[in-house]
Amino acid sequence: MEIKWYIFLSVTLFCIGIAGALTRRNAIIIFMCIELMLNSVNLLLVAFSKMHLSGIAAKFPALATDAQLFVFFIMVVAAAEVSVGLAIIVMMYRNTHSVDINFLNRLKN
Amino acid sequence: MNAIILTAIWGVVMMFGGVFIKRASVPKYWAIAGMVIILVANIMEFFGYTFFRIETRGMLQFDAFGLLFNTIAFACTLLYFMLNGRDIEKVGKNVSEYFALLFFILCGVAIASSFKTLLMLFLGIEIMSIPLYILTGSDKRNLKSTEASLKYFLMGAFSTGIMLMGIAFLYGGNTFASFYIDNLHLGTGKLPVMIGAGLVMLIVSMSFKVSAAPFHFWTPDVYDGAPTVFTSFMATIVKVAGFIAFIRLFQSSFGIMQEQWQTLVVIITAATLLIGNLTAVFQQSVKRMLAYSSIAQAGFMMLAIFALNDTAREGLLLYAAAYSLASIGLFAILIRMNDYTIQGFNGLAKKQPVLAITATVFLLSLTGIPLTAGFTAKFYMLLAALKTGNHLWLVILAVLCAAISAYYYFRIIQAMFFKEAEESEFVMDAPASFKWLLIVTSALIIILGLMPGLVIDWLYY
Repeated sequence: MEIKWYIFLSVTLFCIGIAGALTRRNAIIIFMCIELMLNSVNLLLVAFSKMHLSGIAAKFPALATDAQLFVFFIMVVAAAEVSVGLAIIVMMYRNTHSVDINFLNRLKN
Repeated sequence: MNAIILTAIWGVVMMFGGVFIKRASVPKYWAIAGMVIILVANIMEFFGYTFFRIETRGMLQFDAFGLLFNTIAFACTLLYFMLNGRDIEKVGKNVSEYFALLFFILCGVAIASSFKTLLMLFLGIEIMSIPLYILTGSDKRNLKSTEASLKYFLMGAFSTGIMLMGIAFLYGGNTFASFYIDNLHLGTGKLPVMIGAGLVMLIVSMSFKVSAAPFHFWTPDVYDGAPTVFTSFMATIVKVAGFIAFIRLFQSSFGIMQEQWQTLVVIITAATLLIGNLTAVFQQSVKRMLAYSSIAQAGFMMLAIFALNDTAREGLLLYAAAYSLASIGLFAILIRMNDYTIQGFNGLAKKQPVLAITATVFLLSLTGIPLTAGFTAKFYMLLAALKTGNHLWLVILAVLCAAISAYYYFRIIQAMFFKEAEESEFVMDAPASFKWLLIVTSALIIILGLMPGLVIDWLYY
């Protein structure tokens, strides 16, 4: 399959993620949208890695597989962010009994 | 490498030390001891004594610029621990964990000042940010702290997503399948679509991290909501480290095609200077005013990204030292005030003359009055921008904004010296050691202002 379809798919997923993160009010759904953004990047990186393997970097496979290694790092960092983020959301729920980010307007005055 | 390994190890030591140390006043001394060790190890690496030799395949490079910045950041952190150690104890019960998280942030700072690939840039920025989300929310009972933490976390994760997409596009578009920032081989002439999109996304996400103007909206709320001790750390060392990462990223492969993205950086710089300074004028709370002033100072540091020459690199290091020292000192005084509004500073000069005089030095340095380090740093930034030879209006705008900033900084000085306090009893916890440390800090600021070579000359050692 051509690389452009992968790019279209990733960019679409990324845009869904951005649109969701900017418009939804529920903290957990925003969080899911951000995860969607990160995972669309994972898909794109793997696709680019295969593209480079069959093209420019055919002589240097080590270079092209760098992107696949990058994906693992993104997964690890995303997992760390999930653990911190869910803890913060739970803390917010304990204080306000809601995960609606419209509650976050107290700081503006 | 010394700094990265030792900060990570000491973070773990502090974390497990929390299990065995029961008294809340002990972790502070452990942290200060660890900080001294790390600072010495980093200086030794500067002179060629590396304890740990780890093959990183060129992903990290420890050059004079990064090591010098590490030294500045660690020295400022040492000062921060000594000034604020007792206030960190007051935030909550988990004192040694707070210190552990601060050490992990320093590990991220050390990576962000020495990366050579986009992977290490991503890891360094994330290691800097994730512990900060926790520290921002560390005052668990306080709703403002919780909200600030959630807002910071969502904004930070969002900008991480944008940065990663930018990195993926750069990887896909460059002709060498490389993450190494020195040989991205982006070609000359007009940019391909993917490279252009990746570059814009990287600029946007880095602007998020250093809170430059169209992407600064989270900054005042987060800085205001976080416990003041951690605001102090966040607004100084972490922000400056973000700028070091920014200039390291843009001076290599991207520097060649500077004219293609310079306009974007010029717009961001001008907007940051204007918005930061103009909104700071209207603030009543000093903490919030310092948040906006940190945006305004970020505008000055953006001039280094705009200029990207040797003067800009020297100036950024000097700015890092001047801005961190002055802000850490000012926040340390602010923490001890009962009232965070400007009226709270009324008549401070009569009750605590030492605090008032040192605060004046810090404020003058932030404004950029001659004889202080702030002046020399701003001078280098403007000189660097002038040397590029284009966009002269940006320099004029920066000078005008520095003049505006004098208004809101001098309002505090006026309150301290020329107004009478309303209430008569006014208890303030300021031991003699704290006052001496403040005097040392302001002395450092004046020495750096008179002899900027003390920092800059090491760059060419």
